[in-house]
Amino acid sequence: MDVLYFAWVRERIGLPRERIQTDAATVNDLVAELRAREDRYDMAFSDLGALRVALDQELSDFDASLAGVREVAFFPPMTGG
Amino acid sequence: MRVTVQEAAFDLGAESNAFAAGHTDMGAIVTFTGVVRDLPGDPLVAMEIEHYPGMTEAALTDIATRAQERWHLGDVLVIHRYGRMAPGEPIMMVATAAPHRRDAFEAAEYLMDFLKSRAPFWKREITANGASAWVEAKDTDEDALDRW
Repeated sequence: MDVLYFAWVRERIGLPRERIQTDAATVNDLVAELRAREDRYDMAFSDLGALRVALDQELSDFDASLAGVREVAFFPPMTGG
Repeated sequence: MRVTVQEAAFDLGAESNAFAAGHTDMGAIVTFTGVVRDLPGDPLVAMEIEHYPGMTEAALTDIATRAQERWHLGDVLVIHRYGRMAPGEPIMMVATAAPHRRDAFEAAEYLMDFLKSRAPFWKREITANGASAWVEAKDTDEDALDRW
C-alpha cells in the first residue's frame, strides 16, 4: 500500500510517500511496524494523540482495519482556513 | 456549488461579484475571507500551506454538501489556496447565497469551522528572524465543531 506523510510527519520521516508491503491488520499494527524500523519513524509516531490518519483519503482512526485499503496518510491536526 | 483548490492568488472582488450575479431569488450573500496575518514582535515574511491533493477537494466538497443539506442555500463557493503567500494576501474565501440572511451567515460559519480542522491543509509561518514553524491546531477550533 502507499503510505503518505504530511507537514512535520513528512519532515521527521524524511520522505513524502513510500510503498510498503505489509500484513498489518489495523492502522495501529502498521504504526507498530513502522516504529520498529528506524528511530526517525519511532520519533514521528511517538505521540499518536498529536497525529491524524486518513484511509483512502477519508479521516479514520488508529484502530481501523486496513482491509482493502490502498492509501494510508499520517499527518498532524489540520490547520485550514 | 463550486470548490476550488489553487496556488494562484484570487481576486476577492471579482469572485464575490461573479458569485452574487445571476441569482434573483437570493436575498442574502455572505462572504468570508481569510488573510495572511502579520505577527506582532517577529514580522512574518511568508506563510506556506501544504495540502493533500485529492483528499483536499473531496473534504471541501463534503463540507459544502453538508452545509447545503442543512441550510436553505442557493449556492456555495469555497476557494482555498496552497503554496507560499505574503502577509495581506488572501488565503481562502467562502461565500453562501440564501433567500434569508440567517441561513447564509450560519452556513458560512459552519463551512469555516469545518474547513479549519477537517480539510487537510497545514500552515507554516516563516518569520523575519529566520524561524519557521508549523502552526499548531487550537483546541478551540476542535471545540467549535461541537456546536453543530
